[in-house]
Amino acid sequence: MQKYSFLNLARNALSYHENWQRAWRSPEPKSDYDVVIVGGGGHGLATAYYLVKEHQIGRVAVLEKGFVGGGNTGRNTEIVRSNYLWDEAAHIYEFSLKLWEGLTQELNFNLMFSQRGLLSLGHTLQDLRDIQRRINANVLNGIDSEFVTPEQIKEMVPIIDISPDARYPILGASLQRRGGTARHDALAWGLARAADSVGVDIIQNCEVTGIRREGGIARGVETSRGFIKAGKVGCVTAGNSGVIAAMAGLRLPLESRPLQACVSEPIKPVLNMVVMSNAVHAYISQTDRGELLCGAGVDSYNGYAQRGSPSTLEHALSAIVEIFPRFSRVRMLRQWAGTVDTCPDACPIIGLTPVKGLYFNCGWGTGGYKSTPGSGWVFAYTIAQDRPHKLNEPFSLERFTTGHLIDEHGAAGVAH
Amino acid sequence: MLLIECPWCGPREESEFSYSGEAHIVRPLQPEELSDEEWADYLFYRKNLRGRYLEQWNHAAGCRRFFNAERDTVTNEIKSVYKPGESPPEDDS
Repeated sequence: MQKYSFLNLARNALSYHENWQRAWRSPEPKSDYDVVIVGGGGHGLATAYYLVKEHQIGRVAVLEKGFVGGGNTGRNTEIVRSNYLWDEAAHIYEFSLKLWEGLTQELNFNLMFSQRGLLSLGHTLQDLRDIQRRINANVLNGIDSEFVTPEQIKEMVPIIDISPDARYPILGASLQRRGGTARHDALAWGLARAADSVGVDIIQNCEVTGIRREGGIARGVETSRGFIKAGKVGCVTAGNSGVIAAMAGLRLPLESRPLQACVSEPIKPVLNMVVMSNAVHAYISQTDRGELLCGAGVDSYNGYAQRGSPSTLEHALSAIVEIFPRFSRVRMLRQWAGTVDTCPDACPIIGLTPVKGLYFNCGWGTGGYKSTPGSGWVFAYTIAQDRPHKLNEPFSLERFTTGHLIDEHGAAGVAH
Repeated sequence: MLLIECPWCGPREESEFSYSGEAHIVRPLQPEELSDEEWADYLFYRKNLRGRYLEQWNHAAGCRRFFNAERDTVTNEIKSVYKPGESPPEDDS
């Protein structure tokens, strides 16, 4: 792999940047792999990368029905944080955040990772109690988290409305200073380039249509480009996880929903942190291009359309305008939706399945982006060792039968 | 925004309705005899189909009655609606 460095930049300038190596190859699928990963989003690419790097698996392929980063990886609102309530969730998200902190160097790709700080607002006394509880839980887990008063919020974000007669009065917030944003396309491209450089075959425009099994053991995948034999199959297909599971005769406790976001026209820098409010299902940050990037909660009904209802987005934006009155005249440029796989307890499923050699990593719902490196790392471990790592052991499919759910819904300040 | 036809009130906009998930899930008649697997199945496992889906809606800001709809989860087309207790329409897809 040609390294991205100042020296190489200067060298390539001499040939007008016409001779850069392609970021990743576009190989023909081989007939046989040690591990096939279904889904070429961030989680799938990270899994493939760590399979080779941490577990020395020789022949790994990533099959993507569209193009790399064209699904939810390219549709999220780029927020990275780890201030979750329950130990199990806090550990895996914090592990992921620590990987994020070194990922730009590791991948040799500028992820524009910006730990600009993340505020989670409280509007009622109960919100404040929940926030205090979560901050205490975070601190016990060694995660940076602190309470800030409305005056401190106003100092950090001068354009916010903290007046007591506001529609959503701001009584305080939790602050994670290590939280922030990272460019989502850069993550997809950086991971694809790094995975390719360690020998992973990234095969785009290759849709999986079936999972071949013999005696309860996965043998490979049927695809739009023919049968591909595989020692092990890992599925990381977000909203379509249930569809893929059905190909192997499995069921998953997931419901696929549209999740919407939008960006405004670019404006001058006015907002240098991520601000989210669980109570009104809205979150906002400003990108390096100057756009206001806003996200809503999930739509109410199941859907694979990658399209949501305007009323859901309107609900989020009307709250944002109440909190930041000066944004009322900003025009929105684009809106879109992704299909997210929501789990009953708002936590992922990462682990083994009743089919031997078939593994699932799904159910991330609205919170998958921030966990991409950690999710890939533990899933690679699970596939390579054929058992879960202690970080993802609590996130097994069996928890829905045993009742050991990890209820990260409202209590964690998760924006849904 | 979906335009949903309530079987009692006629076509109304989506914001009048609340979604109640998959239809035709039967509450266990003898809950004390259920195994853990059967409880998990009843509580958490849903068909979540891509394509034709039978689901429940509640006309929350209207007549407040529940009804069933046959909707395509890819195109969002609502093919038919029917009242609780009525059997689902034939699958003509």
